[in-house]
Amino acid sequence: MARPTAPGARSGTPGSPGYERPADRTALRPAVAAAVSTRRGVELALLGFAAVITTGALVLVEANQEQELTWALLYLGAAYMAILALAHLAVRRFAPYADPLVLPLAALLNGIGLVMIHRVDLAKIARAASLGNEEPAQEALRQVGWTAIGIVFFVGVLWLVPDHRTLARYGYTAGFVGLVLLALPAVLPASLSEVNGARIWIKLGPASIQPGEFAKILFVVFFASFLVVKRDLFTSAGKHFLGMTFPRPRDLGPLLVAWGVAMAVLVFESDLGTSLMFFGIVLVMLYVATERISWVIIGLTIFGAGAFAAWTFVDRVQIRVSVWLDPFADYNGRGFQVSQGIFGLATGGMGGTGLGAGRPELVPFASTDFIFTSLGEELGLVGIAALLLIYCVLATRAMRSALAVRDTFGKLLAAGLGFAIAWQVFVVVGGVINLIPNTGITAPFVSYGGSSLVANYALVAIVLRVSNAARQPAPDRRPGAAPGGGGQQAPLAPLAEASTEMVSRDQVRTPPHGHGHQEAGAGGPGAPADRSPRGRTRGE
Amino acid sequence: MNTPLRRVSLAVMVLVLLLLGQATWIQVVKADEYRADPRNARVLLDEYARQRGQISAGGEVLAQSVQSPDPGDRLRYLRQYTDGPLYAPVTGYYSQIYGAGGMERAMDPVLNGTDDRLFVRRISDAVTGRDPAGGNVVLSIDPRVQRAAYDAMTSRGYQGSVVAIRPQTGEILAMVSTPSYDPNPLASHSGTVQQNTWNQLSEDDPPTLTNRATSETYPPGSTFKIVNTAAALEAGMIQPNSPVTAAPRITLPDSTTTLENYDGKPCGPGATVPFATAFAKSCNGPFAQLAVQVGADRLRAMATSLGFGNPGLTVPMPVEASETGPMADGASVAQSGIGQRDVRLTPLQNAMITATVANGGVPMTPTTVSQIQGQDLSTVESTEPDRLQRAFSQSTADTLTQLMIGSENNGSGQGRIPGVQIASKTGTAEWGASPKTNPPHTWYDAFGPVPNPQIAVSVIVERGGNRGEEATGGSVASPVGRAVIAAALGNNG
Repeated sequence: MARPTAPGARSGTPGSPGYERPADRTALRPAVAAAVSTRRGVELALLGFAAVITTGALVLVEANQEQELTWALLYLGAAYMAILALAHLAVRRFAPYADPLVLPLAALLNGIGLVMIHRVDLAKIARAASLGNEEPAQEALRQVGWTAIGIVFFVGVLWLVPDHRTLARYGYTAGFVGLVLLALPAVLPASLSEVNGARIWIKLGPASIQPGEFAKILFVVFFASFLVVKRDLFTSAGKHFLGMTFPRPRDLGPLLVAWGVAMAVLVFESDLGTSLMFFGIVLVMLYVATERISWVIIGLTIFGAGAFAAWTFVDRVQIRVSVWLDPFADYNGRGFQVSQGIFGLATGGMGGTGLGAGRPELVPFASTDFIFTSLGEELGLVGIAALLLIYCVLATRAMRSALAVRDTFGKLLAAGLGFAIAWQVFVVVGGVINLIPNTGITAPFVSYGGSSLVANYALVAIVLRVSNAARQPAPDRRPGAAPGGGGQQAPLAPLAEASTEMVSRDQVRTPPHGHGHQEAGAGGPGAPADRSPRGRTRGE
Repeated sequence: MNTPLRRVSLAVMVLVLLLLGQATWIQVVKADEYRADPRNARVLLDEYARQRGQISAGGEVLAQSVQSPDPGDRLRYLRQYTDGPLYAPVTGYYSQIYGAGGMERAMDPVLNGTDDRLFVRRISDAVTGRDPAGGNVVLSIDPRVQRAAYDAMTSRGYQGSVVAIRPQTGEILAMVSTPSYDPNPLASHSGTVQQNTWNQLSEDDPPTLTNRATSETYPPGSTFKIVNTAAALEAGMIQPNSPVTAAPRITLPDSTTTLENYDGKPCGPGATVPFATAFAKSCNGPFAQLAVQVGADRLRAMATSLGFGNPGLTVPMPVEASETGPMADGASVAQSGIGQRDVRLTPLQNAMITATVANGGVPMTPTTVSQIQGQDLSTVESTEPDRLQRAFSQSTADTLTQLMIGSENNGSGQGRIPGVQIASKTGTAEWGASPKTNPPHTWYDAFGPVPNPQIAVSVIVERGGNRGEEATGGSVASPVGRAVIAAALGNNG
């Protein structure tokens, strides 16, 4: 975690002894911005690796399904690689210091998803052929189209958002739009919003979008900006209990609002997945902002109570829970999908049946919600573990960017987005492998579904934007900033206000010049840690 | 703010670990249970997606898998049986719900292609891109003999079994069990059809699903006198001309129970008759006394060397073990000597005894499989004749053959084949709780032609066939046996 420090800021810190940052080689060459490697070459190599794995997987599917390698398939693969190349070039152009792992990881997940969607397509086509039905449209082709659109969003975000801090300006707008998107399906007539019992869709002609996927990002933006500004609200002292500081009851307002939204989603849209997603992200961002575990405990308690109430009164939630407790009890009815998924996973076992050699199509929604059982059947536990680790690395790379970036908003933004990916994976995969009640959301990048893919590419673009800021050498485009002094970043963004608050709080709390050794583990808001390079370096 | 970030990263890893834990629980710990769950269609679909090998005999295909005629069928191949009831005791059935029986079960690894002997073929299939398919099983069954036996039984309405063996090789030429069933509806892809058929077959009386030839044991009656005589001849205790008692009834040793001849008549005009006469007329007294003289140990040893008491015998369907019983006292030894008391054997075992006499005293391992083929009909493995340890000497076999010729010539001779000398022994076995009033099981063990026997056959007709209490092996079972021998010798008329 030594790299991301801005040399300009570092060199200008008065009175900081050199031995405090011996590991940071970048810092020892402060003036040479070009010496900070962009690591775009690493990204390109990893993208190539992702393409090789995807191509290999595709060939295996074709071989096992006794399909000929057609030109169409070749074009499909070429399109996928061209899209990746475009994304890579965009990163080179717009975020040259971005984390080199994030895009290849997303691309690999996307590629494996494409292969599995294509494999389920083959099964559907074979089925249609045996029944004498018309050949169904290939979802894989559409998914490649969605990938292209996703990369357009990706490039668009990188291009239009040159500095993630500008997003903070639109915090409330994002929150409002997110709320509208989240609420829209519940307000719309069921014919326009309900698919398989969950009202989380907006159907627009042939295309239908899951607004929740976009709302997810907008909410993270909103909470990040909201928490930066209003962090005081959440950190004011309340009662100490069990070694934790609990907030005053009157400060619970915002959390209760979030809880209300989550409950409304659960009750009116019958969607446990989105509800869990939403509330989980809120709690984690609140925790990161306040460093108080008590918020998480209060949140989990009221969410648990609300979920229990929903379980008592909402039929659909009851069904999901009873299926979770024993999927085989109603095997031919409501438990069928989860049971089939479990059978598929078990048949795959440790090593899987091999790509193209299983029968993932026996599970309903084998290419969308239940794509993980398809992958688990054909790639086995080994494959599932690999995919989960890819997600894990993706999420922790976002966390790492959060650790490295200098501004509070960026930290909250990257942390929120990184956790959103991991949390969504937990909710959806946990659902299909029956660790938690099954919900109805998609696995990021892997599942078939345009909204999910496009939204997640946009999400990754924001993460890259933050990571770029974290690794970028001191930009020259800040002539107004004095090269010395810890307040260097303050005038940069509209966060100035927030920063000032934090500084003042901190100065009140800790003696001047004596804070360096305390901050890393301090329970306070940690503002100096964010702002002082020295404190941050130690903290990392 | 960095501390909570690290903790959140840690929490993310914990979430992933939880998922991995649950995935391991399903995919490793509980995997076998879920995989084998009858509701998990994957294993079944895999099995039905591959073309199962065929079962054939003498160039006729008895069982094969064909493309399901219903294009919407999720099971790709349908199992079909030609002449289902005729071959059902051998082929068995192949059902989605009720599993498999007979050859379908015994040779399943070959038929579904997983047998190790097909390993090289599987690799070459993979390389050449040929659809994976099961291996074929070629039976030693001779369709002419099988059909003759089945027709002879069913045309008379007989319930029972016929087993024919080639004496020199142990190849089973016919294995019939009547009444039989059609395995086709059990292989239906409709669960309802399978269920209804199974329920109906399970309630059939007399039972149809059981293969009497290998799964049922019966008292052998007088056919067991062959074993008794073999043991005595080996021990040098008797010669064909040795005088034996001609009394119509004798008192069993160590008891007051008497044992009389089948018709209650004396065996001859005098006090004694030559042993050959007693054998031909199947008088009970001399054999009861002979058994006592031979002793339980030697009797059991002879039976064992002929295949009794072997629970592991497979042809390759498992064969119920034949037993001599405890033979604890003199009376039971005497009764066992004429094939009653606790002696029980399968029709297959009785055919083995007959075949051993025909083969000069050397029993051969019986089998119904003559070849295993790859899906391209190339031979993967041929069954080689497997000699068991000699049960008795050539001279004993010769003597037994002469005694059996005497028995054959003494009989009514129904269906005698002109120019073919058969050696045989009939049996009429009492059974059940009221042995004197039950219609007896009738037996006919025979081989021919003498010399150079081509076939040894054992016929059992349960419950006296169509003769009721009057039934004897000679009157009921022997015409069936002779028809089988005639068919084997290509002489149908």
